[in-house]
Amino acid sequence: MSEIEIKNLTKTFKAKDLNVTALNNINLTIEKGDIFGIIGMSGAGKSTLVRTINFLERPTDGQVFIEGVDLATLSEKELRKKRSKIGMIFQSFNLLEQKSVTDNVCFPLELAGVKKKEARQKAKELLKTVNLEEKAKVYPSQLSGGQKQRVAIARALATEPDILLCDEATSALDPQTTESILQLLKEINEKLGITIVIITHQMSVVTSICNKVAIIDNGDLVEEGAVEEIFESPKSDAAKELILDTKIRYSPLDVLEAERKVRIVFSENSAYEPVIANLILNFNAPVNILKADTRNVGGKAKGEMILGLPEGEDLQEQMISWLKERNLAVTEVKEDV
Amino acid sequence: MFDQKVIEMILVGIKDTLYMTLVSTFFGYVLGLPMGIILNVTRKEGLRPNRIIYGIGDFICNIVRSVPFLILLILLIPFTKFVVGKSYGSTATIVPLVICAAPYIARVVESSLNEVDAGVIEAAKAMGASNLQIIFKVLLVEARVSLLTGATITTGILLGYSAMSGTVGGGGLGDIAVRYGYYRWQADIMIVTVVLLIIIFQLIQNFGTALARFIDHRKH
Ligand SMILES: Nc1ncnc2c1ncn2[C@@H]1O[C@H](COP(=O)(O)OP(=O)(O)OP(=O)(O)O)[C@@H](O)[C@H]1O
Ligand SMILES: [Mg+2]
Repeated sequence: MSEIEIKNLTKTFKAKDLNVTALNNINLTIEKGDIFGIIGMSGAGKSTLVRTINFLERPTDGQVFIEGVDLATLSEKELRKKRSKIGMIFQSFNLLEQKSVTDNVCFPLELAGVKKKEARQKAKELLKTVNLEEKAKVYPSQLSGGQKQRVAIARALATEPDILLCDEATSALDPQTTESILQLLKEINEKLGITIVIITHQMSVVTSICNKVAIIDNGDLVEEGAVEEIFESPKSDAAKELILDTKIRYSPLDVLEAERKVRIVFSENSAYEPVIANLILNFNAPVNILKADTRNVGGKAKGEMILGLPEGEDLQEQMISWLKERNLAVTEVKEDV
Repeated sequence: MFDQKVIEMILVGIKDTLYMTLVSTFFGYVLGLPMGIILNVTRKEGLRPNRIIYGIGDFICNIVRSVPFLILLILLIPFTKFVVGKSYGSTATIVPLVICAAPYIARVVESSLNEVDAGVIEAAKAMGASNLQIIFKVLLVEARVSLLTGATITTGILLGYSAMSGTVGGGGLGDIAVRYGYYRWQADIMIVTVVLLIIIFQLIQNFGTALARFIDHRKH
């Protein structure tokens, strides 16, 4: 049985005179133990989607199953119980400002009626897990963003949930802190076997810890699969844009122009062959390297390059098939890079 | 300067003023706090939006608050007589004070609760909190500094109103000030009572501010 199953999910918001379809017939299956990334541009419907997973947002149409249970069939009370088994963390941390770190972590246990002593013991353990033992008595206003998110993670884990939902959990953090929070989430996933759903608009978050990814564009699920696959050969425009987007910041030029552009991704074994040099020698024609980068995707080193090919359609096609023969993933790039 | 009788009268006045102010603040909150919570919960963005209930509460608050206190005092005489058996003296004054304060308090409470971060409420919901748990363990706790500041301001206002009720025989320092200062032109007694009112007001304000600072953990 899948941990989370979303079937034909549609969500429409009724504003005064117009209806906004935030989600349009989404089908998605998330297996136990997955770190599942949901990525999309701002306003794509990511937050709405993650909020339907614990029914903070009720679908207009379609169903959400958690471990085979249709959430729509639960009573209010049963639903609250179910929610306590689905942890959630947020971009803005959402800690209780008037409660100490320990009391924040104890809070979900207090709601569940767990004895105070027991709750404190649990909180102590969890603060150890997130490496914040020394801040137990401090109040949230005295913590940095990364520390606040650690407290939020400890709090979300207090009720020993099966699922952890993360809505832009690292978007307010700097790159180093983001990395440390992501590593913490990975550790939690490995140690506790918790299924993690990560909402983000940054491809780097997905490539660094997710094993699967779904791409949401304007309320539609446009692509879904293993992160490696989609990173190597994105099919939808939205996926290509998201993958290229993160790279724009590293580009020395605003717009790199070329007649025809392709993006190639090296996997570990192909990276050592001097592919580009061989390509040029083989065809005796110049090739422009518009951009090059290496990234860590699911623990494996991946290199990517965007090449500007020389003029002449025949030559271009030959070059592309030559590259493909060398087991490189090749995709056309139409956008300005 | 003053003889024993006057001093005694002033002491009783202080006692009556404090009595009216504090008791009416207390009963004002007994009525106003739940009203404020209901307004917050039933508003459009609230935990349980309900246009009808919100509309009724909103209407009552606005009506009562738009009647000047002195007129309310007179309008309520039959009701006051019914509740405490007479229409003059400090205990009788508490009735109109409470009626006047409750809708005001409801508004103050509502706006304090409205300030609580929606994200925190969302997080509590995601943890499986019920609406009652959210009200008592999140809203009232997170808003406590603002609630206390509101209560301090309310107490100050009721102190002023209790003095005003002196003009119609309400007792307390206001009563003394009116009787001696206005009817008998004994300015010295009037000045003393006014100074006492100012001191009491300052004490309430300073105590409230200090307590608010003490219970606020958002400070560094
Ligand atoms: N309560 C609401 N009422 C009306 N429209 C809404 C509501 N919540 C979301 N929407 C709309 O639904 C769409 C999707 O919103 P959502 O918050 O899910 O986007 P998102 O992908 O999370 O974006 P971001 O990256 O900016 O957080 C948007 O067009 C938004 O305006
Ligand atoms: Mg969002």
